Amino acid sequence: MITSKSAHPVVKWIDERLPVFTFLNRELRDYPTPRNLNYWWSFGSIAGVVLVVMTLTGIMLAMQYTAHMDYAFDSVERIMRDVNYGWLLRYLHMNGGSMFFIVVYIHLFRGIYFGSYKSPREILWALGVVILLLMMATAFMGYVLPWGQMSFWGATVITNLFSAIPLVGDSIVNWLWGGYSIANPTLTRFYALHYLFPFLIFVVVALHLVALHMVKSNNPLGVDAKEPQDTIPFHPYYTAKDFFGFGVFFLVYLGFVFFAPDFFGEPDNYIPANPLATPPHIVPEWYFLPFYAILRVVPDIEVFGFILVEAKLAGVILMFGSILVLFFLPWLDSSKVRSARFRPIFKQFFWIFLADCLLLGWVGANPPEGSFVVLGRIGTAFYFAYFIIIIPLVARFEKPLPLPSSVVSSVLNEKKGERS
Amino acid sequence: MIRGALTTACSLMAGLFLLPSPAAVVEIIEIEKRDWSFDGIFGSFDRTAQQRGYQIYNEACSGCHGLRLLTYRNLAALGYSEDDIKAFATDFDVTDGPDDEGEMYQRNALPSDHFVSPFPNTQASRAANNGALPPDLSLIVKARKNGADYIYALLTSYGDAPDDEELPDGMYYNAVFPGHQIAMPPPLYDDTIEYSDGTLATVDQMASDVTTFLAWAASPEMEARKRLGLKAMLFLLVLTALLAAVKHKVWSRLN
Amino acid sequence: MNKKIQDAGAAGDDESRRDFLLLTTGLVGTVGAALSAWPFIDSMNPAADVLSLSTTEVDLSPVETGQSITVVWRGKPVFIRHRTEQEITQARNVDLAELRDPVPDEDRDIRPEWLVVVGVCPHLGCIPLGQKPGQPRGEWGGWFCPCHGSQFDTSGRIRKGPAPTNLVVPPYRFINETSIQIG
Repeated sequence: MITSKSAHPVVKWIDERLPVFTFLNRELRDYPTPRNLNYWWSFGSIAGVVLVVMTLTGIMLAMQYTAHMDYAFDSVERIMRDVNYGWLLRYLHMNGGSMFFIVVYIHLFRGIYFGSYKSPREILWALGVVILLLMMATAFMGYVLPWGQMSFWGATVITNLFSAIPLVGDSIVNWLWGGYSIANPTLTRFYALHYLFPFLIFVVVALHLVALHMVKSNNPLGVDAKEPQDTIPFHPYYTAKDFFGFGVFFLVYLGFVFFAPDFFGEPDNYIPANPLATPPHIVPEWYFLPFYAILRVVPDIEVFGFILVEAKLAGVILMFGSILVLFFLPWLDSSKVRSARFRPIFKQFFWIFLADCLLLGWVGANPPEGSFVVLGRIGTAFYFAYFIIIIPLVARFEKPLPLPSSVVSSVLNEKKGERS
Repeated sequence: MIRGALTTACSLMAGLFLLPSPAAVVEIIEIEKRDWSFDGIFGSFDRTAQQRGYQIYNEACSGCHGLRLLTYRNLAALGYSEDDIKAFATDFDVTDGPDDEGEMYQRNALPSDHFVSPFPNTQASRAANNGALPPDLSLIVKARKNGADYIYALLTSYGDAPDDEELPDGMYYNAVFPGHQIAMPPPLYDDTIEYSDGTLATVDQMASDVTTFLAWAASPEMEARKRLGLKAMLFLLVLTALLAAVKHKVWSRLN
Repeated sequence: MNKKIQDAGAAGDDESRRDFLLLTTGLVGTVGAALSAWPFIDSMNPAADVLSLSTTEVDLSPVETGQSITVVWRGKPVFIRHRTEQEITQARNVDLAELRDPVPDEDRDIRPEWLVVVGVCPHLGCIPLGQKPGQPRGEWGGWFCPCHGSQFDTSGRIRKGPAPTNLVVPPYRFINETSIQIG
């Protein structure tokens, strides 16, 4: 039996039967956290806040939404026009999706820059990639629900990807659709899964946190926190820091919601879905653009004039590969030094990689013609070269800068530097 | 170091732009940005322009274009009284029923009814318009790039086709419409409508008024949204400043 | 010595200032959280399109004396009966002491020839019979509830059976000689 440290008799009584208070104290209050985490580390908890906001607004919207192809579009407009604060809930949810991806992408690039995927955090990292995949699936299905032109044609294009699978491709697509085109069965199953997936995300987030608290946080120096002075309790230091981060985040988020709610959206999605007319230029939501670019620029892969892999299949493989490769990152990078602060070459390539992702996003937003195809191919080639060639080679040949002996010594040196 | 990397990346990209582009050139039509009463964080719809725009919609647009997502009661936002709205609605017939005998019947529209569309379905609409489909206007301002500016530009950019361009029968030349050939005849002419408030009915004036009306039809929540937004942002600024102070205080203990 | 005291004083000030700051921030944060809950709660209240249907206009001109019609108001049936002289007299000449829910007929109508009541039995929500010719109207010539046998008189008042109260008279007014607005 656990003996509770609490003095309060009721708390003590509960705690000795169900140790919630001991747990909260250990994991949220006393949890030793490196003292030098910067604001880039706030994005993990901000992502958690967005997940909660998305869930709450999503539940309220589900109460008003009608998942039927004849009523879906109008039911969303009824939410916008007739439901009390319906426009607010809808815009919070719509922009929340974009915010979620902004926050999670920053979180992910922070992880890459500071080497947070390295031992002993491989599983922590892999769980993060799982969350990203689940988020993408959820966002994709959610975008179909308003049943506008982009909803319909985006869903058509993406589900058609599966037809690239040899032999069973077409059967799989018909199975996904529940018919011979995107129609009512597709809409209702996407709705059911769009409601389910966030709860899966919650489960994986819980595991992500368990893994984090097992191996503890990385920090900007990338050196392990060993001495007691290296860490500070999570509360009040990081609660205070994170809450300030929440404030700034909500200023940005609500700024979009109230003053530019359609900034991230596509005008075409305010036209009801029409299975007989494709919009001239189909684009996915911005957060899928780099992957969309990879999908479209891949040519037939030929060997001596024989087509080895058709362009369509190759595009699909590379698109999924571009995310799956993240799972292998901990083993592709064998450098013992985590933080890019002490890895001059890695750091250069990190920024080129970031620029490459932005470039791919830009290519994805444009029609696959002319120089965009060339740019897209170079961008795609670099994307994979970064993971498969550059990172292993840099790890092998780079000479890292000397590491500080401990977190606290570096923090104190910095302070001294500021003073002198 | 960052700069070094970025320079490399930039020069790489710059090099790529010089590659010859075999793609068909997609014409980009510049849409002029105009000042609207509803722009900006303090913007609100100009009520008189909205009312004039509603008149234009009724007299020049509603013959072909519906506004199916609006209800007559929504017109209260334009400043009309309950009786005005009842009178507007009564001019339209809606099908209701079935009655006790199982028959559908026609009745006058009520304020709670949606705007009655000019055609019962898209097929009827196409049949009456030489195969072209006049879109419903409820969301037109949100459903087009450049929104209100585009709608205004479209209404004011009719003209004669350049000599080298052949116009098929039933098509009109419009400088801002993608492809320049539009099936909608120019809907507005100077002084063809007499404004009930005496405003001079130039094409510019009418286009601007009806655009204001349609911008409201697409985003009727806009004024409430911006009002609430200002309050929420002010509140958040204060809260965030307090949170910053708390963070500063808490962390100062570490020194 | 002096300096030490000063330091201690400063630290104390600091402490209380932080407490005040924490308290204020906590308070503002709580107020913000509470306020932002409202849109979520309010979204479940009747929406504007529902509210716009909360009144129903009824044209009474086609209803002959002795006839009844049923109209729908806020999703519930409303019984409108064009009462005969006999039904009116019957409803008015009742000793209030006999009634379970004693209300004089004069208080249940605006014009005696028109009785307007919500057609939902106050017992358990069934819809009483008696609107159509040939349906049972009970001993008092009003309505008869098939679920548990409650009987209502020509004023819609409970006379026999388990219903605790009379049929409810909805809010309504005459907008002209021949039509009413319910709600």
